[in-house]
Amino acid sequence: MHVTRGFKGERRPGMADRARLPPGQFLTPEFPVLTAGPTIHTPVDHWKLALQNGGSLIATWTWDQFEALPQTELQTDIHCVTKWSKFDTRWRGVTIDDIFRAAAVEVPPTSYLMAYCDGGYTTNLLVSDLIKGRAMIATRFDDLPLLPSHGGPARLLVPHLYFWKSAKWVRRLAFRNEDDPGFWESRGYHRRGDPWREQRYDGDPE
Amino acid sequence: MNAPVASIPWLVATVVAIRSETASVKTMTFDVPCWPGHLAGQHVDLRLTAEDGYVAQRSYSIASAGGLGSRIDLTVDLVADGEVSGFLHEELTVGDRIELRGPIGGYFVWSPRQDNGLLLVAGGAGIVPLMSILRTRASAKSKRPARLLYSSRNADRIIYGDELDALAALPNGVVLTHTITRGAPPGWRGERSRIGRVMLTRREFMPADDPDVFVCGPTAFVETVAGHLVAMGHAASKVRTERFGPTGEQQE
Ligand SMILES: Cc1cc2nc3c(=O)[nH]c(=O)nc-3n(C[C@H](O)[C@H](O)[C@H](O)COP(=O)(O)OP(=O)(O)OC[C@H]3O[C@@H](n4cnc5c(N)ncnc54)[C@H](O)[C@@H]3O)c2cc1C
Repeated sequence: MHVTRGFKGERRPGMADRARLPPGQFLTPEFPVLTAGPTIHTPVDHWKLALQNGGSLIATWTWDQFEALPQTELQTDIHCVTKWSKFDTRWRGVTIDDIFRAAAVEVPPTSYLMAYCDGGYTTNLLVSDLIKGRAMIATRFDDLPLLPSHGGPARLLVPHLYFWKSAKWVRRLAFRNEDDPGFWESRGYHRRGDPWREQRYDGDPE
Repeated sequence: MNAPVASIPWLVATVVAIRSETASVKTMTFDVPCWPGHLAGQHVDLRLTAEDGYVAQRSYSIASAGGLGSRIDLTVDLVADGEVSGFLHEELTVGDRIELRGPIGGYFVWSPRQDNGLLLVAGGAGIVPLMSILRTRASAKSKRPARLLYSSRNADRIIYGDELDALAALPNGVVLTHTITRGAPPGWRGERSRIGRVMLTRREFMPADDPDVFVCGPTAFVETVAGHLVAMGHAASKVRTERFGPTGEQQE
């Protein structure tokens, strides 16, 4: 441990908050925005979600069809790789389990999945990080439609991983045979991104 | 599976110089043994550790030109009540040793090999990584056109003012426009309002010739400016953004 001379950490959060903060993170009351480029605006009548196995289509939903799927509310802490964490954020959307169920996917055909978004963003995920209630496609934040700057109309929400995995403006989920890296994952960021293991960058501990 | 990659190690850097840029902005020069070099636009993570093991980490863009040297400059704006910027401003002195790791970031980066023209838009401390780009461009003697539109709250808050003027005066120098959002001084020749579409057009920030666009500053500033640029016809994929974090205002 390298102690920084003169740093006392007087502005540290209280004990209860610290237990909920992954290493290297700080608590913010705001909801910062992080994106590699400009915010994308997709009207819901142009929006469709597709589920694929590799290149072949399994199912698609229009906005209205997607809204008719079972809705789940989720209150959760979120953690961004740029160091901010936010506690008790409130979301609503459709869990990945319910999406798979609606597409009659009983057993996921592969272990990996790539999310594709408007604007060209991609992120790779383990299917096991998405199922059993761990992830959803969210369309509401604090009971209101998700703003475009926060990924609206619909974003992936995988709150137990760094937030770049919770891809904004998601349009397509594709099962893959390999864990090929997505946008940030091929630009120096970690393939899985577990904040509790501080998997920020390529080469950080597995 | 890919071959395992070595992690980006924490390095102990020594502060070799500190200088004031404005009343609330300082540049710190660090000597970083084993620094692998960096590209313009990249950042470092800085880690402060208290005696009892409590740790605070933040990201800071590298201000110095890209390259292989072992010295890097960070330019830090003092945020009211800020934990890390407060420490760096009030406590850090020459000779102190501090942990950092990097370089980080593979998207908001520029190298002189990139052939297109450059359009840069900065708000407040968002000038920092863009300054690295301009310094890199000047030392490479790049002839590709470059423009910078730099928004500051008032003239006292302009960071790197003299050096920007010098860069603008070089052959093929950057075309520099300042805008001041609150109270321009008498005789001010730059722009006098927040950045909007009209100003971007007047200052020739149009998408002709497929330029590489970099926008950096407080989150709300970047949201607004990047939105205007896309509405003007810039491809979203050509507009690279870095959002530094919250400020109470729409724009600096
Ligand atoms: C990729 C990246 C690069 C960055 N590069 C630079 C840089 O080159 N120079 C630089 O000065 N900063 C830079 N920042 C911002 C920096 O990381 C810190 O967020 C900033 O220094 C504030 O940290 P702090 O610990 O002092 O404040 P905190 O203790 O975290 O925050 C104190 C208060 O200030 C608010 N606040 C937090 N961040 C900001 C902000 N940026 N502006 C206004 N209010 C804020 C908080 O909401 C809180 O209320 C960068 C951020 C990112 C993500």
